Amino acid sequence: MNAPDRSAPDPHGFLRGRERWRPVEALPWLIAIGAFFALPDYMILGTQVITMIIFALSLDLILGYAGIVSLGHAAYFGAGAYATGMLSAHLGWGEPISGLLFGGAVAGLVGFVSGWVLLRYHGLTLLMLTLATAIMLQELANVLEVWTGGFDGLLGMEFTPLFGLFENDLWGHAYYWYALAVLAICFLFARRLVHSAFGRTLVGIRENTRRMHAIGSPVHWRLVTVYTASATMAGLAGALFAEINAYVTLDVLSFARSGAVLIVLILGGTGRLYGAFVGATVYVILEDELAKASPEFWEFGVGLVLVLVVLFFRGGLLGGLDSAARRLKEARS
Amino acid sequence: MKRNFKLVALTAATALTAGLLVAGASAKEVKIGVVLTYSGGAAHFGEQIGRGMDLYIKQHPEAFGGHTVKLIKRDSKRPGGDIAKNAVQELITREKVDLLTGFVFSPNAMASAPLATKGKVPMVIMNAGTAWIPSLSPYIARVSFTMWHSGYPMGKYAHDKLGCKTAAAGFTNYPPGKDSRNAFQTGLQEAGGKLVESIPMGGPRDVPDFTPFFQRVKDLKPDCFFVFVPAGNHAAAVFKTYSAVGLKAAGVRLIGPGDITQDTKLQGMGDGAVGMITMHHYAADYDNPENRAFVAAWKKAYGADTTPDFMAVQGWDGMAAIAHAIKAQNGDVTADGTINALKGWTYRSPRGSITIDPETRDIIMDANVHRVVKKGGRLMIEVIDTVPQVKDPCKALKIGKCAK
Repeated sequence: MNAPDRSAPDPHGFLRGRERWRPVEALPWLIAIGAFFALPDYMILGTQVITMIIFALSLDLILGYAGIVSLGHAAYFGAGAYATGMLSAHLGWGEPISGLLFGGAVAGLVGFVSGWVLLRYHGLTLLMLTLATAIMLQELANVLEVWTGGFDGLLGMEFTPLFGLFENDLWGHAYYWYALAVLAICFLFARRLVHSAFGRTLVGIRENTRRMHAIGSPVHWRLVTVYTASATMAGLAGALFAEINAYVTLDVLSFARSGAVLIVLILGGTGRLYGAFVGATVYVILEDELAKASPEFWEFGVGLVLVLVVLFFRGGLLGGLDSAARRLKEARS
Repeated sequence: MKRNFKLVALTAATALTAGLLVAGASAKEVKIGVVLTYSGGAAHFGEQIGRGMDLYIKQHPEAFGGHTVKLIKRDSKRPGGDIAKNAVQELITREKVDLLTGFVFSPNAMASAPLATKGKVPMVIMNAGTAWIPSLSPYIARVSFTMWHSGYPMGKYAHDKLGCKTAAAGFTNYPPGKDSRNAFQTGLQEAGGKLVESIPMGGPRDVPDFTPFFQRVKDLKPDCFFVFVPAGNHAAAVFKTYSAVGLKAAGVRLIGPGDITQDTKLQGMGDGAVGMITMHHYAADYDNPENRAFVAAWKKAYGADTTPDFMAVQGWDGMAAIAHAIKAQNGDVTADGTINALKGWTYRSPRGSITIDPETRDIIMDANVHRVVKKGGRLMIEVIDTVPQVKDPCKALKIGKCAK
């Protein structure tokens, strides 16, 4: 790392500088808005991408900043999806925005309780426990067939139009904006969080847990707090998923989903928030296009791209971009 | 021989051109969205159905009334519903398909059903077997089966003809297994028999050790043991355990729905399967002119060592239904027109005579009693009896969700 040369050290200025908005950060939002007008027929895919970004962003909070590796993040996605789904299917509450908040809250609660237990462990034990949590929840949903619909899925959800005006039509236009708004709020929250003093302690815990203990940081509670925030965000993604599809099956809790979100984040780059944007966009669109080109053989293509990225781009696609830019600068100077 | 073939090809080409010319200005290309599992562990289901469809198009171009079809294939990947639903939504909005078909897993058909209604696109289901799927949209017709088509008649037949006054049931604990068990129990009890034990035997993914389950059945000594497990490794293990535990020697008869003895998996099941009696709608060994032609065409197209199974025949029949609907509407496919054309449609399928019930839009077909025999070194299916023209009993009896 070549720290910029300063005559007088100014740590506060340095941290504030990191939080300052850069013009390039407008890019994803401009693309998202432009896509709506340029490709109006692709909004269903667009909404899928946005849901995946929110989910990956939630994982980035714990993986990228606090260093918690999870193989069971779908547990919270699924908890949110089932909460919103059951609220509508069984209690007849179909207002989407309150349903979304309810899904997030339930997932957050599940995250708080499981995190409180899980985060007493580290390393492989923690990894296995996150996996076990998701599997247990999936089995629970399978057994509670009366409420969840079991393997056949939860049917009978009905959602009222957004603000009483915009219905989820076949083209998915209204829900694209809805999802984009949810993403914007989640992103602002995440960005504020990681640049706060709280966020810096998380990085400290990731880099050296013992030292954080030594300086008196309440490590366990810091981790539980960020885990709960992450679970809530994953729950919002799940709730959004339930409202978009009006159908939820055990698949929302599956290991495949936990794995996919991890792949997305690694593909884009961890610990930089925008990794979720790049990873989700590339992964979802790549999977969609390849599956269309060859319904029988698309998985090979997806696998190949992932292997190449991991081999040649350190820190994911964004990491690769960063190092390329740095090299260019070095060559110039 | 070669010259002969050329002549045939030439004649066929001329006939085809003539046919096209007659159809002339009105020949249309109908876009069909096909949603099947093409990848992952269930890819062979998608392959069987897809091959059945392609074979029908190749063998019966005349059935489409001078029109052509374009298949737009999408992979539904897992049974989660969401991927299939997104695929269907895109097929309707972006590809503007006239018709939807395929659907291996029930959740995928259920998730897509509201879109058929919303987008006014008819949906022909080629597998998904949960009984109440057609009631989810007025634009759904099904050419496959429900678990009740085999389980319910099996219950009656077992009591009346096989002497099963008492029976035990063992099933893999997922929807088809539970459905099949319920259907069997209903049929058996209506005939006056008694189900003395019902044992869930693990999930569909891993083959469990069947010994403790079978031991329990042996202690109870019922007349018959009804088993539903996925075809393949599960079924092979069932037959092995059946002999090893001594159920066969104890005189407990092994019965089940024909899914267990799926043609593509039959040869791998071992001699333990010989004598097993199942109830089903198709086996490649059926001896009727339609099936002989179907199997011969299949082997010619895909290789002598391949065999169609019930999924393949569902793909074939589904395409026949679609061809009929296209011809009846003269290429202008609408949802109402398609469903009206299919209501009451009757066809001589390789599985026998089939009809789409005008009331439920579900299939009416024969349920055949299969016996596994060994002839010339290979396992074969022999039809020993037939329950003619079964309507889906779940809807006929208005059980649970089928009552709607």
